Amino acid sequence: MAKSQISMTVNGKKVEELVEPRTLLVHFLREQLHLTGPHIGCETSHCGACTVDLDGKSVKSCTMFAVQANGTDIRTIEGMAAADGTLHALQDAFREMHGLQCGFCTPGMIVRAYRLLQENKNPTEEEIRFGISGNLCRCTGYQNIVKAIQYAAAKLSGAPFQEAAE
Amino acid sequence: MNDMTPTSAERAEKLQGMGCKRKRVEDIRFVQGKGNYVDDIKLPGMLYGDFTRSPHAHARVKKIDTTKAAAVPGVVAVLTAETLKTVNLDWMPTLAGDVQMVLADGKVLFQNQEVAFVIAEDRYIAADAAELVEVEYEALPCNVDPLKAMAATAPVIREDIKDKKEGAHGPRKHYNHVFNWQAGDKAKADAAFAKADVTIKEMIVYPRVHPCPLETCQCVASFDKIKSELTLWGTFQAPHVIRTVGSLISKIPENKIHVIAPDIGGGFGNKVGAYPGYICAIVASIATGRPVKWVEDRIENLSTTAFARDFYMETEIAATKDGKVTGLRCYTVADHGAFDACANATKWPAGLFSIISGSYDFPAAHVSVDGVYTNKAPGGVAYRCSFRVTEAAYAIERGMDIMAQKLKMDPAEFRMKNLIRREQFPYTSAFGWVYDSGDYQTALQKAMETVGYKKLREEQKKRQEAFKRGETRELMGIGVAFFTEIVGAGPSRNCDILGIAMFDSAEIRIHPTGTGICRLGTKSQGQGHETTYAQIIATELGLPADNITVEEGNTDTAPYGLGTYGSRSTPVSGAATAMACRKIKAKAQMIAAYMLEVHDDDLEWDVDRFRVKGNPERFKTMTELAWAAYQEVPPGMEPGLEAINYYDPPNFTYPFGAYICVLDVDVDTGSSKVRRFYALDDCGTRINPMIIEGQVHGGLTEAFGIAMGQEIHYDDEGNVTTASLMDYFLPTAVETPKWETDWTTTPSPHHPIGAKGVGESPNVGGVPCFSNAVNDAFAFLGSTNIPMPHDNWRTWTAADKLGLHR
Repeated sequence: MAKSQISMTVNGKKVEELVEPRTLLVHFLREQLHLTGPHIGCETSHCGACTVDLDGKSVKSCTMFAVQANGTDIRTIEGMAAADGTLHALQDAFREMHGLQCGFCTPGMIVRAYRLLQENKNPTEEEIRFGISGNLCRCTGYQNIVKAIQYAAAKLSGAPFQEAAE
Repeated sequence: MNDMTPTSAERAEKLQGMGCKRKRVEDIRFVQGKGNYVDDIKLPGMLYGDFTRSPHAHARVKKIDTTKAAAVPGVVAVLTAETLKTVNLDWMPTLAGDVQMVLADGKVLFQNQEVAFVIAEDRYIAADAAELVEVEYEALPCNVDPLKAMAATAPVIREDIKDKKEGAHGPRKHYNHVFNWQAGDKAKADAAFAKADVTIKEMIVYPRVHPCPLETCQCVASFDKIKSELTLWGTFQAPHVIRTVGSLISKIPENKIHVIAPDIGGGFGNKVGAYPGYICAIVASIATGRPVKWVEDRIENLSTTAFARDFYMETEIAATKDGKVTGLRCYTVADHGAFDACANATKWPAGLFSIISGSYDFPAAHVSVDGVYTNKAPGGVAYRCSFRVTEAAYAIERGMDIMAQKLKMDPAEFRMKNLIRREQFPYTSAFGWVYDSGDYQTALQKAMETVGYKKLREEQKKRQEAFKRGETRELMGIGVAFFTEIVGAGPSRNCDILGIAMFDSAEIRIHPTGTGICRLGTKSQGQGHETTYAQIIATELGLPADNITVEEGNTDTAPYGLGTYGSRSTPVSGAATAMACRKIKAKAQMIAAYMLEVHDDDLEWDVDRFRVKGNPERFKTMTELAWAAYQEVPPGMEPGLEAINYYDPPNFTYPFGAYICVLDVDVDTGSSKVRRFYALDDCGTRINPMIIEGQVHGGLTEAFGIAMGQEIHYDDEGNVTTASLMDYFLPTAVETPKWETDWTTTPSPHHPIGAKGVGESPNVGGVPCFSNAVNDAFAFLGSTNIPMPHDNWRTWTAADKLGLHR
């Protein structure tokens, strides 16, 4: 099949590649760019394991063609930590608050939470729950994910983290 | 000892041993997207396989034409049953003693059954070509109702065994009959019912559901023709079993098969079995000489690999009029789908279903289970529970509520009156199980006090009165469940899989510098084994948990084990870990005695060291002893510091818990809102409270999904109507209630560290608790059993039947 040339910024780096027009963004990222952080859980946009940040929006990369991402700026879980390897506050918070178990939803969940906190620096529990409702987790029951996002929000804004009463 | 010396307590804290909320080791890679899951594996020259599947639930396959598919550029081969016949792999044995078609052989028996396997250069080409395989079907009448499976006119599902009078589990009474299995004393149970003051009888249905881990089932098979060796990476909860079974059916010697389970994205029972995809990938790799990857999509996952439940349980309880239970009977029809591919211990066709007497002191009980074939997908796995334990817990916990209702007793009070008492442990149930330990009354009491049970009931009473007066359209339900699990399979006298005894193992090597590696026969799928096993070792050996690497999943390096499911990792491999540590410790003690020039008996253990009794300043730390084990062992002693233990548990363990759910139901929309959910779990000794809490949260969320909305549903034509996440309910963060967790600790007396296992408790206890809460909301109107799942439609329908909309 004829290939199209696309260029974009992925995790701060310029990328130029040839892709088949029908290649899904998630397969392009995983197989052509070797960024295996975004996972495939459903292929129907329900589970959110493939979530990436694209031009300032959370996008499910399993339901978008790579060619549609031409010219965009993408960030995946691999681009969350600082250049020196320091973890992003959210990555740290997920570990600190036990916000993950099998780890399969985690990359999408963290990338989604990143955008959520960009849009709302101090979300309520309800806002967090609504904000991550496009990302499914089968292991944690979400409670510690919510807590991790609250913890990261506090860390990022320099406020003390107050655990909600159980 | 000078004041700068850390105290025992300070030293113990530094080890991060048992009881501490150690942060998880595995998270460091997962939060950076650096987990290594099967689909992340990329090998040079790797091909991709995809299935052509049956659109029919039951049809004769008249003709398969692969010409067009094979002609697609990039397609390397197409497998059908005919090709598999040449290597004798057209059928495969199941874990339950049945056989299953790998690819459709003459007939298809359920919708989406595997018909052809296309192997191509990339996954897109494979998917395209799978569509081009032309199959001519002749539709046959189908049956998806297990209660009609043994009717005289029912369609014959399995023509291959229709005349066989004996199955893997005894006589068959119908061509669609799989087995009959019974436990308990029927005559005694019948006698109890004959003289009972009060009896109840209710058909309690636990619908077909699916574990649905976020990562589907997948594998990469790579056959090396030069060495005649097969390497198989896969989402395997039981890698050694896959190796042994793989060897037996492929005839490749077991030492030439390397099974590797890398990181697994959740299992919940879905990844215990062996599936046609694995066999086809292996055959394709042998045939092409190239690695072959097979990855299920979500629809394939939900509709073909490993359903759970589908139990129709006619449950009867007998009691005295003052509320003492005297007898239990349960007749169950179990829908096994088209092939009996249950993942039970092989001799237990209905698993450990006879735990159905639950937490109560039943003097007499009997169960009988008939397994039947239908035109539905095969499976019957233990979805986040020990074999068929959640079905049993659901039946008894619903039954207890229905009986309490008939006796006009409070369900909690009725349970309290019938719980096995602390002094009765070890307690032998009417089915012969020996419950290891428990303190049930204390647990239930604590749960009731914490939620303010009495006040809740008063509030509910007021709400009911207000409802009757027409002042509110919301009812309040209070669900109580008290469950006892039976986990940790198993004593080898009880349990085996295809003849392999269900022990498990741990091998520990301590290196000269006091670090070490522990390898086990289990396999984490998110449970945090890399973190928790190291905590056991830290406490047992006095070495920091951070010094211990935990490795699982590679059958070449790990000692043989039966894998992780049925909450068996802690009860079995956790025990093996402690026992291996104790061997190491005993050797270290001899080395310490030699170095300190005292008798072994003159030494005592203190957190991380052996010290001379009465002279604590003379000691050798475990780190020093590790070095010495490679330097200056006593004459005649082998150098080195390592041990292996294969642990065959003397008994199962019996975790238990008391759960209470409070919810409000809108009778006009049928929607329920969980106001409060309190879960008290007793899993014996607690290794990592943070991980336990996380497991309980997750299990409760799965239970919430099952009770409130999940069902793998088939229409009358055998079409599976719930095979995508659009139709199959997985709770999001919005629907999921907030969980309150609590605990009591009653160690298992027979387990080396007293631990019982916890991962599955919340699923087992949670489902009946939610269901009891919904049922409880309507009970005062005379309703006895509203079936699961309690989605808005069903709840609205139940309200409608009660005349609440007139």
